[in-house]
Amino acid sequence: MSFLDRLVHWFGTGANWHGPGGIPLLFERSLELSAAVVALALVLGGGLGLVLGHTGRGGLVAVNAANAFRAVPSLALLTLLAIQPAISLKWDGFLASWIALTALAIPPILTNTYVGMREVDADVRDAARAMGLRGGHVLWRVEAPLALPFVMAGVRTAAIEVVATSTLAAYVGYSDLGTYVIAGLDTQNTVEAVSGALLVGAMAALVSVALGALGRLVTPQPLRRRHPVFSLAGRPAA
Amino acid sequence: MVLAGSPFFQWSYVTGQWGQIQGDLVQHVELSLIAVAIGAVISVPAGVAAWRYRLLRTPVLGVASALYIIPSLALFAVLGGLTGYVPPRSWVTAEFALVGYTTLVLIWNTVAGLEAVPAEAREAAVALGYSRRAELWRVDLPLALPYVFAGLRVATATVIGLVMVTALIGLGGLGQLITYGFNIAYNTPIIVGLVLSIALAAVADLLLVAAQRVVVPWSRASRRRSAG
Repeated sequence: MSFLDRLVHWFGTGANWHGPGGIPLLFERSLELSAAVVALALVLGGGLGLVLGHTGRGGLVAVNAANAFRAVPSLALLTLLAIQPAISLKWDGFLASWIALTALAIPPILTNTYVGMREVDADVRDAARAMGLRGGHVLWRVEAPLALPFVMAGVRTAAIEVVATSTLAAYVGYSDLGTYVIAGLDTQNTVEAVSGALLVGAMAALVSVALGALGRLVTPQPLRRRHPVFSLAGRPAA
Repeated sequence: MVLAGSPFFQWSYVTGQWGQIQGDLVQHVELSLIAVAIGAVISVPAGVAAWRYRLLRTPVLGVASALYIIPSLALFAVLGGLTGYVPPRSWVTAEFALVGYTTLVLIWNTVAGLEAVPAEAREAAVALGYSRRAELWRVDLPLALPYVFAGLRVATATVIGLVMVTALIGLGGLGQLITYGFNIAYNTPIIVGLVLSIALAAVADLLLVAAQRVVVPWSRASRRRSAG
């Protein structure tokens, strides 16, 4: 049987589609972890980016600190958190992965949000003030909508990284699609490892397309460009 | 081995296992250096080709970008099926994947650097009677170097991080400290691996900045451009 046949056979095996080790459940768990990570990173990184961009103070320091943080290897952070007794057993291994991956997702979102806020035309800001809008209103009604395409570019970059790195969460005990890859590598079961890799790759591609479409959708009509905003701080995922 | 109640970090491990740590560090440097070197040798000519022959640009940049969304662990898993999951054959697996990841940023930056060459410089070269080849070697490429260096910096930092993950195919350099520490629930080796990998990335970056000062004295290292 050729490799491709065995791969097709793996995907055709009913047992791989049911129960606690089945594709649907593990797909769902990967998606849940990634969504929780991106949501928390959006609140923390996006929130901080909005505030720093609005006040215009301390932003560069924060952005540089966030980028320096990117040198921290995610595998090290994951394993270190996963062996702390206070964290390791919480929620089926979810907590350690959630914290570690959120730390990974914050820098691209923070950087892009901050840049998006600074890109807002100063004249537009002045006009908003001249029309009587105050601080919070300028932020929410003028600056934030104009910065949204950048925020979404950051969210997309972060989400792809997180989906990819969620394979490592399986290594520290949170079972998701990465479980196939890790188990396959452990037992040198190439078919299982490659199947897992294909599933994670498919999820990354889906997330990339979905968030790209969402990014265009939330971009105010006059700002829609022929070419999407390129995310800053992109890098291949661990 | 459970070390509950032990201090968060034990210096005795570092002093006692220094030989092992050193070996892991050397392997980390080797894996990274090979990847970036091969990546540069492939990417700069590919970038020149993609810049000169527009037809090539879409496929070259497309392939490089597609690679970017593939999780590294998944790539190691897929390639491992062809080239092996355990050392010494997994060296080939690791390098194939690591080189692949360097190409996106390096090709992209080479193209961007060549695009940024001022038209006046090119016209001056033509007026001086340079052949196309001489123009490429003496005008275009030197002027594109700041971008290439910026790409090298990003690629190097990325590869140093990704080498960690090759611990799962029996390599890993400093990543071996991570998996070892995780397997016996022992903080110290993980922290050592984490700190040394950050230090390695910082030193590599400083060396590249210094090299750029020497090779491209007219450029400023701060003119950093990254793709992605």
